[in-house]
Amino acid sequence: MKDFLGPMATMVWKDIVLEARSRELVVSVIVFGLLLVVVFNFALRPAPGQAAALAPGLLWVAFAFAATLAMNRAFIREQEAGALEGLLVSPVSRDAIFLAKAAASFIFMLLVEAALLPAYGAMLEFSALSWTLGAAILLATLGFALIGTLFSALAAQTRSREIMLPVLFFPIITPLIIAAVAVSGGATGGGTFTGLGRWLLLMGVFDALFLVICPWVFSFVVED
Amino acid sequence: MADTERIARRPAAYAKAGWRLTPRMAVGAVAGVLLLVDLYLIFMVAPTDANLGNVQRVFYLHVPISLMSFLAFFLVFVGSLMYLIKRSGRWDSLALSAGEVGVVFVSLALITGVIWARPVWNVWWTWEPRLTTTLVLWLIYVGYLMVRAYAPNRAKAAVYSAVVGIIGFVDVPIVYYSVQWWRSIHPPQVVGPLAESGSLDPTMYMVLLVSMLAFLFFTVWLVMERMAARAAEDELGRIRFELRRAGQPSGD
Repeated sequence: MKDFLGPMATMVWKDIVLEARSRELVVSVIVFGLLLVVVFNFALRPAPGQAAALAPGLLWVAFAFAATLAMNRAFIREQEAGALEGLLVSPVSRDAIFLAKAAASFIFMLLVEAALLPAYGAMLEFSALSWTLGAAILLATLGFALIGTLFSALAAQTRSREIMLPVLFFPIITPLIIAAVAVSGGATGGGTFTGLGRWLLLMGVFDALFLVICPWVFSFVVED
Repeated sequence: MADTERIARRPAAYAKAGWRLTPRMAVGAVAGVLLLVDLYLIFMVAPTDANLGNVQRVFYLHVPISLMSFLAFFLVFVGSLMYLIKRSGRWDSLALSAGEVGVVFVSLALITGVIWARPVWNVWWTWEPRLTTTLVLWLIYVGYLMVRAYAPNRAKAAVYSAVVGIIGFVDVPIVYYSVQWWRSIHPPQVVGPLAESGSLDPTMYMVLLVSMLAFLFFTVWLVMERMAARAAEDELGRIRFELRRAGQPSGD
């Protein structure tokens, strides 16, 4: 277990340091998220008091798009200068590499969402401080990170990789979007508050299932 | 040039095999006959629906096609899983063939569904659980075929698409339940799907069963044909490779 968690923590730390120095991912994705809410505002023109009803949907469309943008970079960055080969020849299991990359993406996405949430709350007139919203964000973002990391590794090695990731990512995460919007609907007052536990359970099952499957299939994606 | 001689003799080996009934032809023949019988039953024997009229007949195509697309995607899953475990090209060929057939069938299921929906529900599309799941299914497996097309080489294409084939299949039930719960919270605004209360006319039921059987054979035959075509592609590739190695023009 120590052989597993130690290298994993090192790899996550490496991604965090890289991001802290380059600041190319989190900041640009936050700016993108703010741009989205501006576009939504022009596209939908919500009347005062109406914005809260649209909030859960807009929130999760923005988070999902932001996730694909962030995930696209996850493995392209590793491929530059052959860093991925370096990781693969190191005496670390493929599971640890996958989980480290997923954990780093999870942390970056949470940072992005933490920055966007107050801004969205202010612009779309809902309270960003809610336990249920927090739970939905944690569970859905974990799912985004797992599926996104796997498909990012896969898409980075195909032609037209920027397109492949969203094409594969969005259909698979449909259940997460549905569940997250349903839970946030209750939290933001934009919808009925029904079956909260059921939705959280659905997201939990999704995450647990792919937490097992994704590392296993990842080892095939990066093999040579 | 022993190589060249051996290659030159190969067409003769093919010719000597001659014509014989392969399982593939047998399945194809059964499928053809059953589909003809099915057409006759649908348009001549099945009674016209009292409420919906002739458009109801699309039901005999729509239901089997939808079910066969699920069968095809199950085969993609089996082929993908077995390919990752066994690494045999046969399993990859099965996954590829079933994937292509499945995408065609699920497209047809959506189209026949629309033909049904417009006159009966008065809309082209409704976000009803089964429709929504089918659309997501279509998107997943179009992505599956795209991964195959955009992979750097065939070995990678096999592995990558196997990964998508497994993840996609595991995801489908979750999509279905989530869409169903989502719908139960927001009640549908249009009339629900065909009320399957078990009161199907016996003749209609019989026609549906024959149709299912016909499409089952048809699906299996299509997958077998595609696998045979794939095997022929491989054989051609091998011959070209050997010819090139033997210093002969490859006939490209």
